[in-house]
Amino acid sequence: MELRRGTKIMFGVASVIVLMFIYIPLMVVALNSINGDASLTWPIRSVTLEWWVRAFHSQGALQAVSTSLEVAAAATVCALVLGTLCALALQRYEFFGKSAISLLVVLPIALPGIVTGIALNNAFTTMVGIRLSMFTLVVAHVTFCIVTVYNNAFARLGQLGEHAEEASSDLGAGVWDTFRLVTFPRIKSALFAGGLLAFALSFDEIVVTTFTAGQDITTLPIWIMNNMFRPHQAPIVAVVAVVMVLVSLIPLWISQRISAEDED
Amino acid sequence: MDAITISSVTKKFGSFLAIDDLNMSIRDGEFFSMLGPSGSGKTTTLRLIAGFEKPTSGTIALHGEDVTRKAPFERDVNTVFQDYALFPHVTCLDNVAYGLRVRGVPKAARYKRAHEMLDLVQLDAKAGNKPSQLSGGQQQRVALARALALKPKVLLLDEPLSALDMKLRQQMQVELKHLQRELGITFVFVTHDQQEAMVMSDRIAVFNKGRVQQMGTPSEIYDRPANMFVASFVGTTNFIPESVVSKNGMESGHYSIRPEHILFSSPSASISDKEHVSIPVTVFDSTYLGTEYRLLVRTGKGTTFTVVRPADEVVPERGSQVAIRWRKDDQVRLASVKGE
Repeated sequence: MELRRGTKIMFGVASVIVLMFIYIPLMVVALNSINGDASLTWPIRSVTLEWWVRAFHSQGALQAVSTSLEVAAAATVCALVLGTLCALALQRYEFFGKSAISLLVVLPIALPGIVTGIALNNAFTTMVGIRLSMFTLVVAHVTFCIVTVYNNAFARLGQLGEHAEEASSDLGAGVWDTFRLVTFPRIKSALFAGGLLAFALSFDEIVVTTFTAGQDITTLPIWIMNNMFRPHQAPIVAVVAVVMVLVSLIPLWISQRISAEDED
Repeated sequence: MDAITISSVTKKFGSFLAIDDLNMSIRDGEFFSMLGPSGSGKTTTLRLIAGFEKPTSGTIALHGEDVTRKAPFERDVNTVFQDYALFPHVTCLDNVAYGLRVRGVPKAARYKRAHEMLDLVQLDAKAGNKPSQLSGGQQQRVALARALALKPKVLLLDEPLSALDMKLRQQMQVELKHLQRELGITFVFVTHDQQEAMVMSDRIAVFNKGRVQQMGTPSEIYDRPANMFVASFVGTTNFIPESVVSKNGMESGHYSIRPEHILFSSPSASISDKEHVSIPVTVFDSTYLGTEYRLLVRTGKGTTFTVVRPADEVVPERGSQVAIRWRKDDQVRLASVKGE
């Protein structure tokens, strides 16, 4: 379709404005990480790498990054297992209460984090009677991480249909062999994409985390919140933010590679 | 012993009655076809035999062993699926070797057997290709090789030729029939194409509305259809109107006559006798089909008959007033349709 010249220019200008609105603030953060003035005055008068050096020696920041990575990894692994099982059950089998369960599985992602947070906090501390810890935090994150894995796996399974699985069963493969040799190879890219999303969700989650992590546990977003308005810490927060942007580009790149392979 | 015995099997999907009290035996080593329109229960019956569906009631036995509650992977039958259901992520060789793999056959042995099977269907050259790189007909052969690799005693085929074009289809019909003779195993073949069933089968079961309307050899089914459904579904037929039945002193009921059993005579000779029925008609359509003429004629009361005559015969022209005539021995008395 050929657009008129005026329309083209209009769309071009609109696109540039939208992209600028998204990326200029990111650039400001990046520039602030090398801002020579600790109070981050603007425009930048001098440039320094001091914040980068300090950030990589900041025990608090490093500890927070590793806590967040641990929580996200644990939550993602649990979500992958549970989400896949859920998707298989709801896509391949008939049972009583199926539609109710499919709603209940997806609900946590729509629930306000504050509600999930308070509910789980109450459940852990009063009903179950355990102390908030790394364990309770991971469990809380799994509740919404399952959803992304489940949604991806469910959609892919529906798209693939069950004929290949029937053929596998017909050729003598039990349930586990069928999953391992036929189902899994065909849904693994969907699981990977779902897992990446789950990881990202968990990595920057702050609301549910506040209510379900023990006092001694500081995830990266919580560390940033705590340090953002402290004098002399603001530039280090900027460094951490830039690192997070760089780190999140990697999974994005991988997932695009994988979906390109899938089309083959 | 019978290869498959189906006893009093009923299958419901919700409130839909897919199979209604089915009793059927399939003999060891025969080419058995299940023929019927879509929704008649033929594919459901195949899936019940394979184990993909469990009957609501009744039992299914394979070579005398009750398998009603057994999973597909516990049954000694293999299936060629309508859409082939090849595994798209592995090569043809791995597709064919799959059944042996899950049975724990070592790599060398299972690949050897897989190559043999691909050779049998003349596709060993494509062993290393993914299924998507093959044509529909080739994929169909790979599916066949995969199902036969386990040496099943019974092979189930769910409309395997329906996606192929006419020429390839006819070629595959002959090949499948030869393969079945060569291997000597039982083939259970589902089709909605009556000609295909006639060409290939030792015996045919004609399905409609979840019931078997008739079971027999192709000639029994064609020459002696049991009821009105079978008569109209298998081949072309003419139903003889009530008025002709009563006028010719036949016992009241439904009768049919095949188009090729009808002859033409001059209108003055349109007198029925003890052995023949004769009716004056007008020819309103005549089509030359190479090997035969197909004519449509209409009686004074407006009933249409189809008449088929060999191409070397002289047939009346369109618009001419003639008489049609057939032997009472050639007409068939029909029961009404089961399940209605």
